[in-house]
Order: sequence, then C-alpha cells, then structure tokens
Amino acid sequence: MSGAPPVTARALVKRYGAITAVDHVDLTVERGDVFGYLGPNGAGKTTSLRMLLGLIRPTEGSAELFGRDPAEAGARALDGVAGFVEGPRFYPYLSGRKNLRLLADLDGGRAASRIEEVLDVVDLRDRAKDRVGGYSHGMRQRLGIASSLLRAPQLLLLDEPTTGLDPAGMRDMRELVKRLASEGITILLSSHILAEVEELCNRVAIIRSGRIIYEGLLDELLQSAAGGYRLRASDPERARAVLLARGVEGVQLLDGELQFQADAATVEAATIALGAAGIGITALVPLTATLEELFLGMTEEEAA
Amino acid sequence: MIPVYRWELLKLLAQKRTYLGLGVSMAVPLIFTFVLIFKTGGPNDIPLGRYIRETGLALPFVVLFFMSIWAFPLITSLVAGDIVAAESHNGTLKTILTRSRNRGEIYAAKVAAAFTYTAVVVLAMGSVAVTAASIEWGFNPLTSLSGTTVSAGHGLGLLAASLAIYAWPMAAIAAFGLFLSTVTRNSAAAVVGTLMWALFMQLLGVLPGTESIRPYLLATQFEAWHGFLRTPADWAPVVRALWVCALYVSIPVFAGYLVFVRRDVAGE
Ligand SMILES: Nc1ncnc2c1ncn2[C@@H]1O[C@H](COP(=O)(O)OP(=O)(O)OP(=O)(O)O)[C@@H](O)[C@H]1O
Ligand SMILES: [Mg+2]
Repeated sequence: MSGAPPVTARALVKRYGAITAVDHVDLTVERGDVFGYLGPNGAGKTTSLRMLLGLIRPTEGSAELFGRDPAEAGARALDGVAGFVEGPRFYPYLSGRKNLRLLADLDGGRAASRIEEVLDVVDLRDRAKDRVGGYSHGMRQRLGIASSLLRAPQLLLLDEPTTGLDPAGMRDMRELVKRLASEGITILLSSHILAEVEELCNRVAIIRSGRIIYEGLLDELLQSAAGGYRLRASDPERARAVLLARGVEGVQLLDGELQFQADAATVEAATIALGAAGIGITALVPLTATLEELFLGMTEEEAA
Repeated sequence: MIPVYRWELLKLLAQKRTYLGLGVSMAVPLIFTFVLIFKTGGPNDIPLGRYIRETGLALPFVVLFFMSIWAFPLITSLVAGDIVAAESHNGTLKTILTRSRNRGEIYAAKVAAAFTYTAVVVLAMGSVAVTAASIEWGFNPLTSLSGTTVSAGHGLGLLAASLAIYAWPMAAIAAFGLFLSTVTRNSAAAVVGTLMWALFMQLLGVLPGTESIRPYLLATQFEAWHGFLRTPADWAPVVRALWVCALYVSIPVFAGYLVFVRRDVAGE
C-alpha cells in the first residue's frame, strides 16, 4: 500500500436538489489517527462517509482512500478499508454467522478464516446461529463491527457506532474502538456526542450544515469549550457570595444549584474559600459542553 | 463471480416467496391432473389438449399454454421484481457494495440467479406434469401437431426442448422484473409493474391490427415450442424466439445495469 494518507477529501460537495448536504469539505486523516467527525443531526456526516465508501457519487470534488478514489476505482478503492454508515444492515432471514460467511465470500482471500475470531471479538459467538431478524439493535451494531473486522482493515469508517446502545453497550463499543486503535487501525468515527469523541479521538473535524467549521487537535477544541461548572452547596446563597468575591463571574442560581464559568485555578481557590467559610460542598461537577453550546460559542466568536 | 452467484441462490433459497412460486408451478399441473380425473371433457381446443388422457406427455404442453398468460409471469416477477428491491428495502445493498466486489459483478450475479430460478420453475412444472399425468394415463406415444405419432422416449426429448425454448420468453419477463426492481427500488411496484407489462404483451398479441408485428411480440415466443412438435420440425419459430427473446432480455438487463452501477445508494 502506498504512502498516501488513509483519507483525503478535497472540496467534496454533494447536493440533493436545493439542499447542499456536503459543502466543499476538506479532510485529511493520517495513519494512526482516531479522527472524530462531529456534527449535529443533518450536518452531512453520513453523506460524507457514503462518498468515502463509494456508495454515492460526489457532485463535485474528490475523495481518496489510501490514494484511490472509490468513484473511479470501485471496489478496489476499498482494499484495506471497512465500515458502515447509519445502522449496519444484514439479511434478516440468515443467521449472524451465515451473514458473515456471505460477506467473507464477497471479500475473498482469508476473510472466511476470521469469522469465529471476529465473532469472539464482539462477543456474539453464542448467538451467531440465530437469525439476524431476531437480533437487538446492539447485537446488530456488534455484528456490523464484526463484519468490518473480517476485512482486516487498516482504516475503519464508523458512523455513530454507539447510537442507540445502552450504557454498557456504549462502553463496550468505546473499549473496542480504543483496542482497535491501539492495534494500529486508523479510525474515522462520526458522532454528535462530544464526550464520546473526547474519550476516543485525537483529532476532530466539526461539520455543520455541510461545512467544516473546525478541524484540528481535540485538545485545542476542548480549551475553547471547557470551563463550565455546577456546584451544589449547603448554603447556595452564601456560596454564591463567596464565589463572586473570589472573582468568579456570571454565577447563576438555578434550582438550588450554582452554575458558573471559571478556569481550573480559580475553581481550586474558590473551593478552599468555600470550605474556610464553613460551606459544605455536596457536588462540584464540570459541565461538558454539548455540541450545540460549542457551536453557539463558535458562532458568537465569529460574530464578535 | 461464482461465489456471488452462489450466495444469490442461497438468499433465494432462504426466502418464502421463492417456494411460493416454485410451489405454485408444481401445484398447477397436479390440480389439472385431479380435475381431469374427476371431470369429463378437456381442453380440446388448445394444442395437444385432445390427447390429454392418452399419454402423460400431453399435460405439460397444455399447462405451458395456460400458465403463459399470467401464472408464469407472476411467479417470475415475484422473484425477479424483488431481487434488487429487497436489498434496497432491507438496507443490505450498502452492506454488499462495501465489500470487494464491483457493482457490475453483484448485478450480474443477480441476473444469473433470477434466470436460474425462472428455468427451475419451468422445469419443475414440466417434471411434475409429466410424472403425475403419466402415472394416471401412462407414458404412451404422443400424437404430434402434424398428426404423426412419436414414441414416448422421443416425446420426452421434445418436451425437454420445448421447456428450454419456453424458458426464453420467461427470461425476458425476469429481465424486465429485474429492471423494474432496480429502478423502482420497491418490490411490490416491480412485481405488479412486471405483471402488467406481461399482460400488456399478451394483449398486444390479440389486438386487431398487430398481425404484422405479431411474430416479434413476446406472447408469440411462448408458442415457439410448437415448432418442435411438428414433423418434420419447424425451426423457424424456434430460431426467431431465440433472437427476439435475446433482445427482450438484453435491453432491460443492460438498462438495469446502467442504473445499478451509477446510482446513489443512500438510506437503503
Ligand atoms: N438521499 C438523500 N436525499 C435527499 N437529501 C438527503 C439525502 N441524504 C441526505 N440528505 C440531506 O442531507 C443533509 C445531511 O444529511 P446526513 O444524513 O449526511 O446528516 P448526518 O450528519 O449524518 O445527520 P445525523 O446525525 O442525523 O445522522 C440533510 O439535510 C439530509 O436531509
Ligand atoms: Mg447520519
């Protein structure tokens, strides 16, 4: 395989009639990245991934996987690449194992010899003989991962892989993504959950209304987003006064809880001051910014 | 190509509609046999209908005639109209198109599987008919359309040749079903559309004023087997069926191919 990066997209555009689903997107995913592709509903994440996988044709621009354009090279462009968009889909009337056998035969090569191994990885071996029609959402999602691993990919494209999973399922999926990344697989993962991207990814791109509004390291993004706290204290009114006196601005009292923005050093100092003032703290929770808040923050910056 | 085709067949074998079509094509000759056992009279005005109680070899030809009107088109379109649309509906198209096979290969496998099913259905009807009818009326010599007598063994050979040529216009219906299946992405629409098209083709053949084009209509090709049942064999309708059906098959298959390899697979 050439030295070309796993994913490059250049001025990628997809229009559906009057809607521009993806609007001049540029992306580069380097080897070893766990790349988070963040955006709210309808931002164009799935549409971008469909173009990468060759399922739909770009209206303009080009996408390459390891230097090969799926719109031109067809299935060859997907050598070493696996993944799925939206929920993975299988033949409901075939068992999980049969579905994998079918896909392994379409892949050719050694894929078929990996079936039991990948079933083990996603913990589906017990249910592999059952028809997929009877699988839960989480089991299908895991079968989707298994079917991708059959291809022994070097690049994995995952579209909101934790959507619809229960907390344990989400945790397992994240652990799996981490494990695969540690094995050297490059991963491009779309999501609208910032916390998830925060846990998994080293680099991110944020897309909104089809346009990339941020691309860069996750750490830099978090700095722009962090800083909110929620405080529950024995005497909220006095606690508020203490915080204000400590130079914390914009302290709000909501339902008996205080909310405020401050950097880490100020928060440290404030907690000591609260203790000294005889105010007990029952909870101090950093607020992870939601994607929406992040966008609002970004647009406000743009407007200023 | 071979593994893709094999899996297309396995998928058909795992679906109920496949057995529905196959079951009907085997049930019809059995129903015919029972009715003819318990009733007097018979289909005397259709080719070979008069000899239906003289030899088991006559029944398959009679059923071929009856089923060509809508039963076989329905059975064929039930599977061919579904073979691409079902993948759209299940969302599995994106699953198989992101593996190591080009779209053309997937499409070709589907075409081959639909044709295989069509051929199997015709063969199943013929085998059941000749077996059931021979049990009841004996495996006797057959009177040909020219009035000559052909031995039972030779008659069986003629039946095989007739089924083979009959499978051609059936393949044309399958091809049209596949095309609609690809374009509409909707199984029901493709099945109904194909059936309407097949009925329209039949209608064209009986409309006044179509005499000049009649030899080239699809409905006419369902009678090409008459050529085998004459002494000496009349090859003209057989040869014509071969090339006319080749057109009826290749045009929709190719059109469907163009759509299939270019289309956007989004949300399916
Ligand atoms: N096949 C299609 N036909 C018409 N419009 C489409 C099609 N696919 C996507 N769109 C539109 O393109 C835009 C982007 O959709 P897309 O599915 O890529 O968003 P997304 O970021 O994946 O959203 P979500 O988080 O909800 O999955 C939306 O406005 C959507 O309505
Ligand atoms: Mg999406």
